[in-house]
Amino acid sequence: MTTLLVPLVTGGAVAFWICGPIMVAAALAMILFRKAVYSALSLALVMVNLAIIYASQDAPFLFAVQIIVYTGAIMMLFLFVVMLVGVDNTESMVEKVQGHTVASVLAAVGAFILLASFVGSSLVPGAVGLDGANAQYGGNVQGLAALLFGKYVFAFEATSALLITAAVGAMVLAYAERLKPKLDQKARAKARIEDYATNGVHPGPRPSSGVYARHNSITSPALLPDGTVSEDSVSPVLVQRSGLADAESLGAPAKKAFAALDTTQGADEEEL
Amino acid sequence: MNPNYYVVLAAILFAIGIVGFLVRKNALVLFMSVELMLNACNLLLVSFSRVHGNLDGQVASFFVMVVAAAEVVVGLSIIVMIYRVRHSANVDNENLLRY
Repeated sequence: MTTLLVPLVTGGAVAFWICGPIMVAAALAMILFRKAVYSALSLALVMVNLAIIYASQDAPFLFAVQIIVYTGAIMMLFLFVVMLVGVDNTESMVEKVQGHTVASVLAAVGAFILLASFVGSSLVPGAVGLDGANAQYGGNVQGLAALLFGKYVFAFEATSALLITAAVGAMVLAYAERLKPKLDQKARAKARIEDYATNGVHPGPRPSSGVYARHNSITSPALLPDGTVSEDSVSPVLVQRSGLADAESLGAPAKKAFAALDTTQGADEEEL
Repeated sequence: MNPNYYVVLAAILFAIGIVGFLVRKNALVLFMSVELMLNACNLLLVSFSRVHGNLDGQVASFFVMVVAAAEVVVGLSIIVMIYRVRHSANVDNENLLRY
């Protein structure tokens, strides 16, 4: 793929200089974001850009596999597990070992220098290119298939065993035996009445959320007869996410309108 | 395009993966760092495949993807299992093997 777009600039170079910086930035973002969801999405960005670089390096099959397997399957699996394990699970940045972060960064910089200098220095400039290898069987996919089902057929069979083992392993690990019997409606009703008998908890349904002149969403709390807020009327999940809405400010417009109505009515009566 | 650029890019990604693996404490982000390192190796395999003009590197990269898929499935189910017991994905909390 040595078609020149501009003199001395190949398509591969354009792809590299656009996707390379994006990949590095997204990889840095992945390790710097404190929420696992953002990290997973940054890693997906890295993988998509990597797929583009594969495409520019004469690897159209790996381009498709990278997007389908990595970005499609693996990252979605990650996102599912992030959802299971808890999105709001932000980690603490307290170091258990003194100077851990600095030492880790130093180790990584050392590894980078080692890799870049030693692997890089063993390379001769210029590449043979894959045009010949791809043309041998009539295309990249055909060439890969000839290798997979010829030279590497035993490794290929071994990967099928690996995948079966992984699937069985995941099922065994993710299976959880039920430790307590499943609660049916009768047991739950009994527990509710027992709770009422011992702790005095109201056995009926919880109060519905508040209805105000301008708000009736499930986040607005209902008011008790004495004007105080009923904590039970809003789901605890919503309270945890955005806090309890201020009943005073929610009811303020209606109160203002009533006050205005009172004054005008008073004025009308005076006129009559 | 000079293959050295790809080597440097792969080395940068690998180093970022190392930092992420060593510094972060969330087991999921640790796993993602490992994936990043695997991807950096894949980039090198594909680049060297082009340098040497044969497709063996691309086949190796394909096998790495298969192994990564299997590894992620098992690893994530271990994380889910630990989370079910400990209610935390923080690797600093898992210290039972120390004693």
